[in-house]
Amino acid sequence: MKSIENLKNGLKDGIPIALGYFPVSFTFGIMAVSLNIPTHIAVLVSLTNLTSAGQFAGLPLFVVDGAYIEMALTQLIINLRYALMSLSLSQKVDKNWKTLDRMILSFGITDEIFAVSSNQKQKVSRAYFLGLMILPIIGWTSGTFAGCVASGLLPYKLQNALGLAIYGMFLAIIIPVAKKDNNVKIVILIAVIISIILNYINQYITIGSGFIIIICTMISAGIMAYLKPIKEENHE
Amino acid sequence: MNKIYIYMIIMALVTYLIRMLPITIFQKEIHNIYIKSFLYYVPYAVLGAMTFPAIFNSTTHFASSIAGCIVALYLAYKEKGLITVAVVACIVAYIIELFI
Repeated sequence: MKSIENLKNGLKDGIPIALGYFPVSFTFGIMAVSLNIPTHIAVLVSLTNLTSAGQFAGLPLFVVDGAYIEMALTQLIINLRYALMSLSLSQKVDKNWKTLDRMILSFGITDEIFAVSSNQKQKVSRAYFLGLMILPIIGWTSGTFAGCVASGLLPYKLQNALGLAIYGMFLAIIIPVAKKDNNVKIVILIAVIISIILNYINQYITIGSGFIIIICTMISAGIMAYLKPIKEENHE
Repeated sequence: MNKIYIYMIIMALVTYLIRMLPITIFQKEIHNIYIKSFLYYVPYAVLGAMTFPAIFNSTTHFASSIAGCIVALYLAYKEKGLITVAVVACIVAYIIELFI
């Protein structure tokens, strides 16, 4: 019965993520329509990828007849951060995660699902993680469908304002921890400063948004892990 | 038309492998304190780098983005829930957009 409880908790924690995804994938649907990509393709892309940046970057390649290798490399670079999250989660999941569980449930590793599950005090169970990923998958996929269908119906200014939703969520996750943990605060500050600098440079010399995130993460988490390694007890 | 499906499969496959391989390969607990610490800090670094400076361009006007960002920072600092922070930030940005 413990796993039913965990599943429920996961579903509950997935609600805000799903709601946050809806407007973003709605925008993805609108973009797909503007590129003349059929609705069923856009919906299938969302269902099978479950990622924002990678999909937004990959979609234009559909229409400019990009090389397959270009598509693969674009996705690899933009989504490589998931490998870091996947590695981080490998230390956070409980001992019931067998190889097959890992192969199936890892499909649900996104920025937000990762953030919420790594924010758990205890180890993450399979049931919790499954519950956590279900609603976001539905929200992400249905948002794309709604975006394709409703493209042009929603007031332009409202569509724009919804772009903030995902960042509001990110802030709600990191700020409370930064408040309590000074080292986390410094990690975030270093990452943000490097990110701002690299994004500025990126206007002149293309680095790519995926690479920028990886560079910021490696440097800031790397420096702080070296200077301020965590104490054993506050990690468990 | 078939090409579109190949693009789709490549996208999905690459993205999936990136997520699946590390967690499947590393099943043992890592004991090295530096790697543990690094992995502990990763989420905050990633989310921080993804939010800034992108949040400033998340709406059409810089003013509405800034307003939304400040409100989100304040509410997050007050430890409000994810959805509250996200929704209120959007509403504030929308109101500012209406007046521009």
